[in-house]
Amino acid sequence: MKKLFVALLVLVAAASFVFAGGAKEGAASGSGTIKVGIVNNPPSESGYRAANVKDFENTFNAANGYDVKTYYSLKNDEQLNAASQFITDGVDYLLISAAATDGWEATLKSAKDNGIQVFLFDRLMNVPEDLYEAAIVSDMPKEGETAVAWLKAQNLPEYNVIHIQGAMGSDAQLGRTGAMDKEFAAGTMNKVVQQTATWDEAEAKKIVESVINSGEDFNVIYAENDGMAKGAVAALDEAGITHGKDGKVIVMGFDCNKWALEEVLNGNWNYDGQCSPFQATQIDEWIKTGSRPSTKIVYNPERYFDAATITAEEVEQFGI
Amino acid sequence: MPDNAKQIENKGSGFLQKVTGAIKGLFQSQLAIPVIALLILVLFNLIRDPSFFSISINTNNFGNKVLSGNLISILNGASELVILAIGMTLVTSATRGQDISIGATAAIAGSVFVKILRMGNITVGTIILGVLTACVVTILFCLFNGVLIAKFNIQPMIASLILFTAGRPIAYAINGGATPNVQSNLINYLGGYIPYVPIPTPIIIVVIFIVAISIFLKRTTMSLYIQSVGINEKAAKLNGINPTLTKLSVFIILGVCVTLAGCMNVCRISLINHETILKDIEMDAILAVAIGGNSLGGGKYKLSGSILGAYIIQALTTTLYAMKVSSTAVKAYKAIVIIAIVVVGSPVVKAKFSQLKGIIASQISKKRESKRVQAEAR
Repeated sequence: MKKLFVALLVLVAAASFVFAGGAKEGAASGSGTIKVGIVNNPPSESGYRAANVKDFENTFNAANGYDVKTYYSLKNDEQLNAASQFITDGVDYLLISAAATDGWEATLKSAKDNGIQVFLFDRLMNVPEDLYEAAIVSDMPKEGETAVAWLKAQNLPEYNVIHIQGAMGSDAQLGRTGAMDKEFAAGTMNKVVQQTATWDEAEAKKIVESVINSGEDFNVIYAENDGMAKGAVAALDEAGITHGKDGKVIVMGFDCNKWALEEVLNGNWNYDGQCSPFQATQIDEWIKTGSRPSTKIVYNPERYFDAATITAEEVEQFGI
Repeated sequence: MPDNAKQIENKGSGFLQKVTGAIKGLFQSQLAIPVIALLILVLFNLIRDPSFFSISINTNNFGNKVLSGNLISILNGASELVILAIGMTLVTSATRGQDISIGATAAIAGSVFVKILRMGNITVGTIILGVLTACVVTILFCLFNGVLIAKFNIQPMIASLILFTAGRPIAYAINGGATPNVQSNLINYLGGYIPYVPIPTPIIIVVIFIVAISIFLKRTTMSLYIQSVGINEKAAKLNGINPTLTKLSVFIILGVCVTLAGCMNVCRISLINHETILKDIEMDAILAVAIGGNSLGGGKYKLSGSILGAYIIQALTTTLYAMKVSSTAVKAYKAIVIIAIVVVGSPVVKAKFSQLKGIIASQISKKRESKRVQAEAR
């Protein structure tokens, strides 16, 4: 048994030697590889995540001088194990999008003790700020505020809003609902209905159908993601209610899927707010230049697209 | 003249008796609870808002005259659930358990359908090809569950847990990430309205499907086989029925149901989102089977019960939307109503009811007896 163990150990050592040799070769041809460990959620989680993973793959690769190890999981404990493994492997940088916000303090401390710099992306965690270099995340409440500010700028005589919410309690739902709730409370906009479709397109259609059946008047659909906006529009089409640029009802969605931006481009929708999955370039810059932001938490700049101004190039560039 | 009148009266009372007999029969059958639940829902809505069930004719954005109203919304919205509840009923009956992966396999069906449609121009031919391919793939996945259950005797819920977890990631892999969409008038016809037909296509598909499956189950010995296997597998085997084959064929039927539901949902919004398509529908389908008065322990079944159950669930959701129940509370309300229906339909409560009936009847007869005795004593 002991012999077998020793033999295995030798084998592992030999293997790591070979790999190390390979890395050195890469270093000789490039300007020195940077070892990076990436812990993320799996791309199958959502369209957003798929775009996010792709963005990181495009930036952190051998061609850009990185030696990358990645690990995907929706489970916090598996992510923690992977992060510890990356620390043991001796990476230079650790990039983490945590599955859950808690439980990371010990792991990040051990990273710090080993001289590994940590960057957080997309999701923050409950740890002291000195444990990581910087974090780049989306500002969900701001996404809602931007959308509502745009809606106000349309200067409609009155606002009768159907508000379709995402899964209750999710970051995106809380952020995007907040701004709209303020308007409802202030009385500047009328709440025709506010209901959750838990991100489900078909459910969103049923909610809008029920409002149409009740005969109530409305002129704005504020859906918290693209899919639900599409479901809502399907209900409008079936009821013969015009929508979009020259229509009766203003349609608003979020996330900037490519097909959604095409709807905006074609004037079927009025507004699509971005929730940017593109964080890799910023982190790449921090690593390569050694610069750090003045505040630890940086919000990814996010924009919106208006049916009146959107261009075909923007659809290509920003669609996910 | 008086004779004639008497005859008419007799005829009338005969008809009345038949009607009351039918009503009595209904109340004693397993359909009593779902029918009463549906009636209460209808009555509640009529009192709350008399115009709730009004149907109007509108012109939609594609220039077709179409029917609209809550009733249409309920019938239309429940379509996928009705189809899946039928499949679930048969699976429940034969295997004495439930397949909880139908939502995930529907995501696979939808993904395959979209994949085929996106390969070229969307024509009637490619749609048929898409549905057929999706059907084959889905049946294979359902048979995977079927083999685990029928051959290896694994509990249905455990066996289908595998695809319940893995199904949506597989759908994701088929989609190649993101949420691919399909734009075509033909797809709109299938998910919405066919020109010059004012009834939503999903309703028409459901009606055709119900008729087809009823004829299939009645004309063949399938229904008998399924129930015999569910009631007593050994006895069925001794009588020359192959339980394994019967169970596997049930999963083939389920595969067809899942394909129809998946493709239908894709057509509604011209989009496949592997995460959200028919999410949690397996629970609603099981619930529909239970509300319909079918035993989740297998054996005898009544498709009409499950179908009614499915419409009740959708009617409840539509009612809650119409009442503008707040987002956070909508699921709680749904749960309360469903608990009430299931508890009232439970054997314990039913036994209590019949006991109560017995007591009342005996008390009435006792009173009569004592009255008679009193009268005689006088």
